[in-house]
Amino acid sequence: MTAAVAASGLAVAYGGGRPALERVEFELAAGSSLCVLGPNGGGKTTLFRALTGELAPLRGTVSVAGGRPAYLAQTERTRLDFPVSALDVALMGSLANGRWWLPARRSDRATARAALDRVGLADRAGDRFGELSGGQRQRVLLARAIVQDARVLLLDEPLAGVDPASAERIERLFGELRDEGRALLVSTHDVDSARAFDRVLCVNHDQIAFGAPADVLSREVLERTYGAEIVVLDEPGPDGTVRAVTVQHHHHDH
Amino acid sequence: MDLLEPLQSGIERRALAEVVLLGAFCGAFGCWVTTFRLSYPAESLAHGLLPGLVVAALAGIPLLLGGVAGVAVAALAVAVAGRDARVGSDTATAVAVTGLLGLGSLLALTPDAPARLEELLFGDPLGVTDGDLAAAAALALAGGLALVALHRPLAAVALDAGGARSLGISATAVRFALLALLAAALAVAVQGLGSLLVLAVLIGPAVAVRGHFSTPGRSMAAAAVVAALAGVAGIYASAWLGTAAGASVALALCAAAALGALVRGVAGRRAAASPSP
Ligand SMILES: Nc1ncnc2c1ncn2[C@@H]1O[C@H](COP(=O)(O)OP(=O)(O)OP(=O)(O)O)[C@@H](O)[C@H]1O
Ligand SMILES: [Mg+2]
Repeated sequence: MTAAVAASGLAVAYGGGRPALERVEFELAAGSSLCVLGPNGGGKTTLFRALTGELAPLRGTVSVAGGRPAYLAQTERTRLDFPVSALDVALMGSLANGRWWLPARRSDRATARAALDRVGLADRAGDRFGELSGGQRQRVLLARAIVQDARVLLLDEPLAGVDPASAERIERLFGELRDEGRALLVSTHDVDSARAFDRVLCVNHDQIAFGAPADVLSREVLERTYGAEIVVLDEPGPDGTVRAVTVQHHHHDH
Repeated sequence: MDLLEPLQSGIERRALAEVVLLGAFCGAFGCWVTTFRLSYPAESLAHGLLPGLVVAALAGIPLLLGGVAGVAVAALAVAVAGRDARVGSDTATAVAVTGLLGLGSLLALTPDAPARLEELLFGDPLGVTDGDLAAAAALALAGGLALVALHRPLAAVALDAGGARSLGISATAVRFALLALLAAALAVAVQGLGSLLVLAVLIGPAVAVRGHFSTPGRSMAAAAVVAALAGVAGIYASAWLGTAAGASVALALCAAAALGALVRGVAGRRAAASPSP
């Protein structure tokens, strides 16, 4: 079986300088999910931009099966004064079918509505996109990525700024998308949430580790990934892996 | 006074047809021009194409060809001048365009030139030929079809260019299509409204409707109607008041923009003043 997403000996650089990300080597099968962990500046976004083809590899190769991946960028740069509804934005995902010159079909509309429902925004479909909150806009853009119906989804910190209840719903959604046979790559700063993924990739300029959460989420790997930013809690978690939080997202009481 | 009086002369009927055709297309299209922040480039091209018009008038070839060539030369001049990063592209554009405007005036003001500079600068809807009308109809038809076909990619890129890219829509290609349409619109519309006033029909209606409608499509339809109505109002006003037709149309379009802005301001203040539920 060929991998849905693969990188081999990958190095990516901006301009002529030294690579921002090096020695990346992993494979992800269809129907599985990967959590990308790393500190600020670790190279998570750089990896995604290499996978979308926006950045050409300096060395090595990347491959993404099944056509253009859906991509949810970390920083949304949307025009808030542009008059479109949340539904209109979700519907833009259907442009990925290639027939951009035709109006959206009724079935596309239904798909867009369903996607808004999946991110918990069914009741905001008619609202002006620019008048939604930041977290709501992020969820509408996630809905747009879902409407795209891609085999591979690249989601760069999709839960940043999303409230806990919505985050829980969206984490369930990740599971559903994976069970539909898609490959899912999600970057996050929330080390604890990485446990729910099939694979974890730790990057900090170099690839630090890749594998199943139980193998990867060790004190040693997390310390090498995050350096001084990590607080490793000594008590082991329910599945035996260490528990840890990154300092900038310190939200555990202990 | 007879309301239909302007319609009784063939000249004025043609002028009305010209402003309605140009208004319908340019009004709708102008919504994208303003959304993509192309007002200043559009003004630059409109003014910079003057030498093309003058040369065509002097050589006795159709002004439309002069307009097309003029837009191409102006776009090239702006692009070349903008390459010097130490000057900055807006300053470079201003210099290039003023230079072209000066060149056009110089050519038009030679003693043996036919005295048509005024018409080229300020337009003369009352002087449109059948050829001009055919060009305006072709622009409204072909340009309208292009706007329909490009609607979804334009909206996707306008909302966020990076996101559109991941949907397989090239922002560069979309912007290029927009500029090509802009060049065509200017080359045609300049025949009726002149190099200095043509921008009114592209920008005025879009400003008038901005913020009043909930979708880009509705804004465009409203802008088309506003542009056509303002154009007709301008022609009527010029017939009744004996004012210059091109300038009257441009003023009517700008009055519509001011009115739209005024209503927006009042509505905004009222919304701010009313207690939230
Ligand atoms: N446009 C750019 N030009 C030059 N260097 C860049 C650019 N974007 C990122 N970098 C560099 O590449 C490295 C990796 O950045 P990247 O954005 O991939 O990190 P990240 O893991 O996504 O961080 P964060 O958690 O802050 O989103 C950093 O050292 C950064 O300075
Ligand atoms: Mg990032």
